[in-house]
Formats: sequence, C-alpha cells, structure tokens
Amino acid sequence: MSAARLRVARAFGPPVEGVALLSEEGFSPRYDLDRWSGVITKAGHKLEGENIKDKVCFFPTAKGGIAAGWAFHDLQWKKIAPKAFIFGVTNPVMVQGAIFAGITITEGWTPHPREILATGDWVRVDPLGRSIEVLRRAS
Amino acid sequence: MQLSPEERAILGGGRGAAARRALEYQVKVGDFWGAKRFVPVTNVHMMGDIEVMGDGGLQWLKDTAALGARCVVGTTTNARCIDFAHCERLGQDAGEVAKERELIACLRRMDVITTDTCINYQTVYQPHLGEHVAWGDTGTVIYANSVFGARSNFESGPAALAAAITGRTPEYGFHLDEHRRGVFTVELRAPLDDLADWGAVGKIVGEPRQSYFAVPVFHGFHRTPTADELKHLGAALASYGSMGMFHFVGATPEAPTMEAALGRRDPAERLVITDADLERVYAGYGLGDGDARLVVFSGPQQSLLEMKQLADLFAGRKIQAGASCIVTTNRGVLAQARALGFAGTLEDAGVTILEGVCFYILQNLSPMRVANKWTNMVSNSAKIVNIIGAHRFNAILRRTRECVEIACTGVLR
Repeated sequence: MSAARLRVARAFGPPVEGVALLSEEGFSPRYDLDRWSGVITKAGHKLEGENIKDKVCFFPTAKGGIAAGWAFHDLQWKKIAPKAFIFGVTNPVMVQGAIFAGITITEGWTPHPREILATGDWVRVDPLGRSIEVLRRAS
Repeated sequence: MQLSPEERAILGGGRGAAARRALEYQVKVGDFWGAKRFVPVTNVHMMGDIEVMGDGGLQWLKDTAALGARCVVGTTTNARCIDFAHCERLGQDAGEVAKERELIACLRRMDVITTDTCINYQTVYQPHLGEHVAWGDTGTVIYANSVFGARSNFESGPAALAAAITGRTPEYGFHLDEHRRGVFTVELRAPLDDLADWGAVGKIVGEPRQSYFAVPVFHGFHRTPTADELKHLGAALASYGSMGMFHFVGATPEAPTMEAALGRRDPAERLVITDADLERVYAGYGLGDGDARLVVFSGPQQSLLEMKQLADLFAGRKIQAGASCIVTTNRGVLAQARALGFAGTLEDAGVTILEGVCFYILQNLSPMRVANKWTNMVSNSAKIVNIIGAHRFNAILRRTRECVEIACTGVLR
C-alpha cells in the first residue's frame, strides 16, 4: 500500500466519509440486497451477510438492472443507505438512482482500490476533487 | 450541457414546477455522463411499483403529481408487483396492495398509460431505426437498441418519468453512434432449439464481461432467430452482463455485415459457443434438496407464441399435487390467450396465470417463499434465474419441455 489516495473518473454528490466495504463482485440492489435490512443476501455473493448501511461501498461492476432508480431512494427513506457507491464500471441506472437519492457515486478508479485500501479503513470521498483518500486504517 | 431556449425556459419554470424539477435532475445525470445536449424522445416506458419504490417513492410520486406533472409523450408502465385477482391467494400484504392501487391512480393522473408489461416491444410500441426513446426494464432497452435499431439508455423509473415530463433525455450512451459499434464477436455453433438456450448464451457471454458498453456481435447461426429467441437473449445479456445492446449479423438493422456491426474495427475478443458450452451451463446448477414444487415461466412476460407453446406442452396433463406452476403475461396477451383457448388449457393443467406482473418483482416474495417452503425455483428464463437471488431461491435453468415435465412429475434432474 504505497499510496493512500485513488482517482476517480466521474463523480456526483457531496463529500462523505465512512468505513470502506470492498467487493470483488458486482452489485445490484435487486439481485443481491435485502432492501428491508441493507444486508447482501444473495447466496454466494462475495459480500454475503454484509450490511451496506453507512458504508462507502466499492464494487467493480454494476449488475442488471432498472431497479436501482427507485431502490436507492427507498434505502435512503428507510435510513439504510450507504454513504457512497464507488464503481469501477457502472451503468446509467446506478447513476440515475444515486443522483435521485442524493447518494454520492463515482465511476472509474486508478489505481484499483485493493492496492491502497482494505475493508474497514475509514475513507473520504471527494467528488469535486475526483479523489478518494484513506484517512485511517482499520485497527 | 448546452441548453436550448425551450430547455432554459423549462428551468425557469415556464412549464411548471414538475417540469423544472425533472429537467434539473436530468441535467445532473447528463453532466455525470458528459452529455453535451438533450435529444427529444417519442416514447417512454417506466418502471413504477410499490415493491421497488417503497413508501418514499410513492410519496415522491404523489408530490410530483401534485406539482402538476403531465407526460408530454406516450408513456407506458413496466410489469408491476401485484395481480389484484391473485394477491390474497399469494398472501400479499393488504396494505401494500392498497398502496399499489394508489400508485396506479397517481400515475394515471399524470397521463401514464398503465400497461403493466415488460414486453412492450412485442405488444405496445415498436420504435423505428434511429428513433430516440427513454425506456426502462433492461430487457426492453436492449431489444429497442438491438432489434429495432432505436436508441435508449437504461432509464430507471424516476429518470424515465423525468423524460416523460420534459419530452427529452440527455444525449449519452446508446444515443450516440460511438457506443453502438460492436466490441467483440460471438459465433453461434449450437442449434439453440429452446428459449432457455438463448438465455444460456446470454449468461455465457454476459456474466464474465459485465459492462454496459460491451456490445457483442453474434454471427454464424444456422437460421434466422425469432423475436422470442432474441427477447430471451437480450434479457439475459442485460441481466448477466448489464449490457445495453447487441448485434446479430443479418438479423438486426445495424448489422447487415460483420464489418458494419464492428464499425470496421477489429473485435476485442472472438468467442465461439457450442452445444458443449450450453450443456456446461445446465450442468452447473445445483439441485439443492431436490424440491421441484415451483416452476416459473416469467421474466420476461410470455408472448402469445410462448403461451401457445406452453398450452401445447401442458395439454391433457396436470401439475403434480402440491406444486405451483406460475406463468406471467400482460393483459393483452392474456385476453388473446383466453379467446384462443391457450389460457384454459394451462389452467386445466393447474397452472396459475398472473396478469401484469413478473414473478421476481412480486410483493412479499421472500415471505411467500418461506410460507410455501420453496427452496428451488425452476425456470426456462435465464434472466429470472439470475435476478431472483436476493430472495434466496436456489434457481435452476432448464429447457421449456423439461420445465413442463418437472412441473407435472415432480422429478428434478
């Protein structure tokens, strides 16, 4: 872990801080998530059993899916939304949904997050500066 | 984004608060993707049901209607989560059923035509080559882009409604020529005799390459594919790969030749799919505890031709005692299927036909699974096998004829 900052290509939303949750698998709120608890329930998902509430969620890809447009807003309404979605590659619906819900979202990363941070680290997402910084390492 | 005088007037409130709010939202989405301008759309298809939007979405929808929102182009709805004729039997929550009725009334106040179908492209509206639309449900979008040569991005419910209110959408993604060229090629050397085979192809191609802009170019198939086959292919590509477009050389309008489909560039990858690849897909599903009491034909809804095929296969047979076999379709197809006797044949066999819904979005599906002690779900739709995971079904893809056998015999292989 030689650097503590990664660059993102595109971003929306306010700056946020939170605990990083890194996934090696893509994400869809429809396919993978129990939208009543915030827990990833799809059997075999790399983050099965993890709760995304208040996390800064790193996903390499987006799965599906039109549902995110309403689902992210619903997660906010139920107060179980993550602080931010950080995608390697995403699709329009994830972006439309995050903007509609007021959730920070970014796409495209350099370097790959796993090279500079780990699940449990405390990170800051700065959409305006197109950067994500590790502020504290997981203890 | 560069805004026209009309768009500036909308942002200034010239068309009311709802249109202003919708365009402000669209500008943010356009800015994210680097859109330079808006393009007018002729048709909108939107997802909106209580299962996906929840109480917060319904409140937002009511607020939007109260602001005077009205659709300025033809706008239809995707499949919903409740069939009012079956909700009690399915154990759906009465409170949520009431909210769904409220939601439908709200959409209608805004001039949304509540068609409740995910096969609008087969039954409601067929855009022409180059026509810009704003559609939701990924299966509808990939079909519009690929088979019709129309232009749409995946538009979520709120984004599609915004397009319906403003009559436009940000110009990015598949509205632009640069994203419509094929990226890699897929040679089809398998017979692909069943709709499930086409979904399996979508899984093979899409799952390892999840990227909205990865456009596959199919070629080498031994005959012309049918509309239902391309429907299952597209739905699976969009589901497993989040892909928004494909080409099929000699069959889709922007692929008269391989060179045209690729935009005269070299493919990034060349795949070949054989029968052995398909058999590996089918063999890859674990059978869990062997439970064979739930067989589903849904996701996408069934066309009239699929209804006929199922009626032919179920004619004179009965599903096993204690099992559930569920077929979903839309209002128009069901009316025709009733008139033609297909629906009666299916119901005589014990099949439940649900109207205007898709199985995987049914309200209360997880509790329904628990209440029925369902563990496995068998389907000929690769899309629904992929999409239903959050409800913790063990989903199994099988060919159509095998699905019917499983429903009637209770033997799962």
